[in-house]
Amino acid sequence: MADLTDLGIAAIRDGVAKGDFTATEVAGAFNAAVAEANPTLNAFIVTTPDHALAAAAKVDAARAAGQPLGPLAGVPIGMKDLFATQGVQTTAASHILEGFIPQYESTVSQKLWDAGAGMLGKLNLDQFAMGSSNETSAFGDVISPWRATGDTAARAPGGSSGGSSAAVAARIAAAATGTDTGGSIRQPAAFTGISGIKPTYGRCSRWGIVAFASSLDQAGAMAHDVTDCAIMLGAMAGFDARDSTSLDLPVPAWADQLSDNLTGLKVGIPREYRIDGLNADVARSWDDGIAWLKDAGAQVVDISLPHTKYALPTYYIIAPAEASSNLARYDGVRYGLRELPDGAGLQDMYAATRAAGFGAEVKRRILIGTYVLSAGYYDAYYTQAQKVRTLIARDFEHAFREVDVILTPTAPTSAFALGKKSDDPLEMYLNDVFSVPASLAGLPAMSVPCGLDRSGLPLGLHLIGRPFDEQGVLNAGLAIERRAGFSAKPAKWW
Amino acid sequence: MSYRIEGATGEWEVVIGLEVHAQISTEAKLFSGAATAFGAEPNTQVSLVDAAMPGMLPVLNRECIRQAVRTGLAIDAQINQWSRFDRKNYFYADLPQGYQISQLYHPIVGEGAIEIVPDDKHPDQTKVIGVERIHVEQDAGKLMHDQHPTMSYVDLNRSGVALMEIVSKPDMTSPAEAGAYLAKLRTILRYVGSCDGNMDQGSMRADVNVSVRRAGEPLGTRTETKNVNSVRFVMATVEYEASRQVDVLEAGGKIVQETRLFDPDSGTTRSMRSKEDAHDYRYFPDPDLLPLILTDEFVEECRASLPELPDAKRKRYETALGLSAYNAGVLTADADTARWFERLLTDSARRQGKAESEVARATSNWLTSELFGALNKHGRTLSDSPISPEAGGELLALVGDGTISGSIAKQVLEKMLETGDAPGVIVEREGLTQTSDTGAIEAAVDAILAANADKVAQYRAGKEALFGFFVGQTMKAMQGKGNPQLVNQVLKARL
Repeated sequence: MADLTDLGIAAIRDGVAKGDFTATEVAGAFNAAVAEANPTLNAFIVTTPDHALAAAAKVDAARAAGQPLGPLAGVPIGMKDLFATQGVQTTAASHILEGFIPQYESTVSQKLWDAGAGMLGKLNLDQFAMGSSNETSAFGDVISPWRATGDTAARAPGGSSGGSSAAVAARIAAAATGTDTGGSIRQPAAFTGISGIKPTYGRCSRWGIVAFASSLDQAGAMAHDVTDCAIMLGAMAGFDARDSTSLDLPVPAWADQLSDNLTGLKVGIPREYRIDGLNADVARSWDDGIAWLKDAGAQVVDISLPHTKYALPTYYIIAPAEASSNLARYDGVRYGLRELPDGAGLQDMYAATRAAGFGAEVKRRILIGTYVLSAGYYDAYYTQAQKVRTLIARDFEHAFREVDVILTPTAPTSAFALGKKSDDPLEMYLNDVFSVPASLAGLPAMSVPCGLDRSGLPLGLHLIGRPFDEQGVLNAGLAIERRAGFSAKPAKWW
Repeated sequence: MSYRIEGATGEWEVVIGLEVHAQISTEAKLFSGAATAFGAEPNTQVSLVDAAMPGMLPVLNRECIRQAVRTGLAIDAQINQWSRFDRKNYFYADLPQGYQISQLYHPIVGEGAIEIVPDDKHPDQTKVIGVERIHVEQDAGKLMHDQHPTMSYVDLNRSGVALMEIVSKPDMTSPAEAGAYLAKLRTILRYVGSCDGNMDQGSMRADVNVSVRRAGEPLGTRTETKNVNSVRFVMATVEYEASRQVDVLEAGGKIVQETRLFDPDSGTTRSMRSKEDAHDYRYFPDPDLLPLILTDEFVEECRASLPELPDAKRKRYETALGLSAYNAGVLTADADTARWFERLLTDSARRQGKAESEVARATSNWLTSELFGALNKHGRTLSDSPISPEAGGELLALVGDGTISGSIAKQVLEKMLETGDAPGVIVEREGLTQTSDTGAIEAAVDAILAANADKVAQYRAGKEALFGFFVGQTMKAMQGKGNPQLVNQVLKARL
């Protein structure tokens, strides 16, 4: 039983169903692993062992009674602390929401519980999902389980879903939810050698997810491999009348239709992503990916996405603009932190509460967002950014007339050491250079691990698909996964 | 006559525009399922969305949109089949989201028009006031400052309730026009059923934009007086604000663009904040909502659901029913009154076996003079009248078929108001049936003539005005029950 925590979603579910082990045993094993690792890795803000055990007990009872089991029956997962969980503190990793206990359950988390999953705890993240290294959390940095060869420096697990990536990579959660606004699922997945998928915008309901940038935010799955991502995403997705931007489309049986036979498929390689000074190991991994996809039967085509270079600045106007408005509700009036200095009036209370409650990066983005929406600047920044966003989406439309899926690196480098980039926001923002364009266009995209770089740290390959074509992305991901044979795991040092 | 302010240095014109906030009459709020009933206990009609809990999202209430479109159609306005919601960002304790969802850039309703009668005494003189736009937006909550010595409380029951903002063009030039516009708009909203128009409950309130200028000159700087909540106060606001502005200008001062408040106690306005303190609302499209697209079918369904509107009804009352312009105006000014009248008319015609057009004049006269007068005396209105249209119809039929006279009908009406009994029951119980028995009338007439021999002589000598005296005396002797025509006939014959 010692290796239960090495198992992913499919293996646990099938093992529980067959009676190889009980869901309660699985939950117990993961709870123990969390308790052992979390003081060091800091992946969870709060742990909820009882929730995991209660869910497991239900699954075991259902199995004993011969009832049908859900697609995630008996699987203990981590829940990014951006999802509201009823009765369990939900903070967005911000001091301003510390102690906030929702009376409601987010649509996505509810669907996962309905599918038979249990919750190990609420996972750490960059504050309000703003960051690429998990260093903006009010609850401390998450330490990646990965270390470079011969180096004990703490590495970034990526961000903003850094708790999620660290927990799955360290095998202290069988899988985890993530959210992705500009790369927050894919970049951390790449940094930690796991798979992560962000579906088409609208596939997963945003109801009950603390909003960062509404037109970009999308929940997704982070797991050991492509198959687990397909299973988990299938349980998370679906129309929700409580989210006006939710897609009213049936959810395909992604997991059942997985195939790595890419015969007849056309894969686009965008020349604009071959940026100056691209890391040699990243470039090599990209070439590997091209070879693997060819091997799987795909035809590789050079394509152009001419507005790519404007994607990052466009994103850093639109996302902060929406955030500046979305975060206005944290005002100290109804819930969360309230700072009320002696003699303070309403405006003083707002100022004191928000000054004390928000971290520096959140404040930076609120200021940027407020600026770009201000009278006199609105057209030059926000309107212009929306136009460019349309052009970027059009680039993809044109490309997808020619090709079925696009292959790029996930991130420009492997995981950097904590503290390395936290003083330079622009340097940090560059981490999202490959992931942001797909976010702006609302496209499904995923990262799959493809190998280690020369320092022994994982690298990911990034697949972007047509709207609603998660299947194409997953299948290409599966083809890479099977040919890359990535099996490296972080050596346990915690 | 156009309205002018006589200043020390000459005449000034007034230019007025109104922005009316009308609460849409729906069971549920604009973007949440919470209820909207007036007068509920504080914070009992608040959903997670209204309280802006983390991760909550707005979902548009179709019925609110339907009512806004119906309102637009009722004022012949352009319906924008593509519109969009924007966020208006500002911090206040009654605004949980930190932004109001509104429509700045692409409102749902474009230009329309409302015809007004500025002066009741001249119902034929109308003026058309342009409507610039109607957009749909959320209401804010309410702050309560009197519940605690050092703190303010917030009631979020109103938070998220659907409002229409109906923006006029600056087409009004007198307090009377502003008042008539607001009253007419309220009439239309009540006909359409899109707003209950209850200004005292805050369902409808006006921001009054006023400026003054010399005839022929460009528009002056305007002030905006916020949240004025009655027709009378709107007129008072215009009057006060216009003369205040003239005073300022004539003293060599300048009007500053500012927001002002109306004080109903003093009838004056005072400054609330100037343009320099104005918020930068940082409007931008709400990313939680998709653009709102209306199908042709939806718009047509809205159009088909509209009732007969006040202008059309008034014209029909005048032409098809033959009512006076005054009566037609009074009866159509309020949807409930018109509905009451039409029930009364149908019932009264049916009981008398006549066409509605034959009894319409008498029916409308009875309603506007007899019933309104009697209700007024009892401190009541049609809405809380103890008399139903059907009871009124019965009374009119009793007059119509000669069972009682017009003067007895007045007595019966009084009794109906006091007791709530049906007119037939009252007439029966009190023995008020009109006497058409010629013998009884002749006996009464003979007795009166005998008792007033001197006056008979004077009458016969040519003082014909005394005829009325004999009628009155006879009726009095018969306790009003004599058939007036027969009494006249008998008197003429005897004299």
